[in-house]
Amino acid sequence: MDHKTLAKLITQIENNPELAPEIVGRFPEHQSKVIGFTGSPGVGKSSLIDRVIRWIRNKDLSVAVVAIDPSSPFSKGAFLGDRIRMRDHFVDEKVFIRSMASRGALGGLCDAVFDVVNLLEASGFDYVLVETVGVGQSEVEISNLADLTVLVLSPGLGDDVQMLKAGVMEIADLYVVNKSDLPESDTLYTQLLAFISLAGKSEEQLCKTSSHTLDGVQELVEKIEKLWQFFHDNGTLRHRRKKRTQHHAEHILRKMIQQVMYSIGDYQVEDPYEFVELALSKLCKIHSKNGQGGGI
Amino acid sequence: MRIFRILIAKPGLDGHDRGAKVVAHALRDAGFEVIYTGLRQTPEQIVRTALQEDVDLIGLSILSGAHLQLSKKVIDLMKKEGIEHIPVFVGGIIPPDDVPQLLQMGVKRVFGPGTPLSKIVEEVKSILQEGVASTGGS
Repeated sequence: MDHKTLAKLITQIENNPELAPEIVGRFPEHQSKVIGFTGSPGVGKSSLIDRVIRWIRNKDLSVAVVAIDPSSPFSKGAFLGDRIRMRDHFVDEKVFIRSMASRGALGGLCDAVFDVVNLLEASGFDYVLVETVGVGQSEVEISNLADLTVLVLSPGLGDDVQMLKAGVMEIADLYVVNKSDLPESDTLYTQLLAFISLAGKSEEQLCKTSSHTLDGVQELVEKIEKLWQFFHDNGTLRHRRKKRTQHHAEHILRKMIQQVMYSIGDYQVEDPYEFVELALSKLCKIHSKNGQGGGI
Repeated sequence: MRIFRILIAKPGLDGHDRGAKVVAHALRDAGFEVIYTGLRQTPEQIVRTALQEDVDLIGLSILSGAHLQLSKKVIDLMKKEGIEHIPVFVGGIIPPDDVPQLLQMGVKRVFGPGTPLSKIVEEVKSILQEGVASTGGS
């Protein structure tokens, strides 16, 4: 599919999610390798993805990137600046990059991303890379979307106590110490090694990269490929895809609830339980009116 | 609800993007999703970005003096890619004498130095309204 058509379809899905099943349904089924990249703001996710794209393109494979940045809770506007790091690929016909705003979704993703990833897969890309918003400690939604999650870390973001905390440190399949050209990265790597053994994970899941010198990027891509194949062969992938479908459904439901709450309006009901009753009855009414899968 | 997406791009070789960032920030605060491409973009990169991001409006920030050549190149490439319906505005150091030429090329608005941000936001809204009116919305 040409990029212009694809871009238009993504906009349609983003603005009218109820159209998504029909739009995605137009295309034959195709499975891409869906790889998630997450990590705190400024650890170098976008730059690392740029280097990963290079390696994927060296093998003449195609790649789509979805890069998510936060929306303002006040104005609903957003500044989407992940593309800046991927400029070398703008005119490559086999690379498609799309920036998306989180539009109020929590968890590091946006609600439309499940449908958008389905569409990108169906359009035949070999790889679909998803970059989350810069996350804190508890944004773990990416692990419900991606076949495989890469957590990008960089020196200077805290000591080894941070690694013991639950949440984002637990969900990764691969841990990357980025900015390995910085001297402090050795300490981080050692801390991570200790954490990995505590968590019962394998040293194989650890990787050191520098987007600056390109050290370790090839190793990271090889690890991604190897692990994806391993997950494919041992049934993990099938299980994760089922989990993804379930979380997709959860997102759709949550969106419907939000819209009903919004339609009821602010501060109309004094009692929260009364509010819930009202919202539920509205939801049921809308559902029976539209039949299944209808929009609001 | 539809949220408009705006591309703020810096074509050419000048290395000053303070203005582009200030405008991007103001548009963000006005409720738009702003995609920023960074410095030193070729017209090809800008047009491919506009196409992939399916933006509703393109803002070019040019301080190098090459605004006539660069704007023309972007607009020509947009025609080639079939996205010439996306309105374009230009900001930067633009001598008043060059404004008519830019407008004739198809540029919708030109914002010179000292244009208040509130005016840019207002004009951006009005350009987008014109677009929605002419296509009947989508």
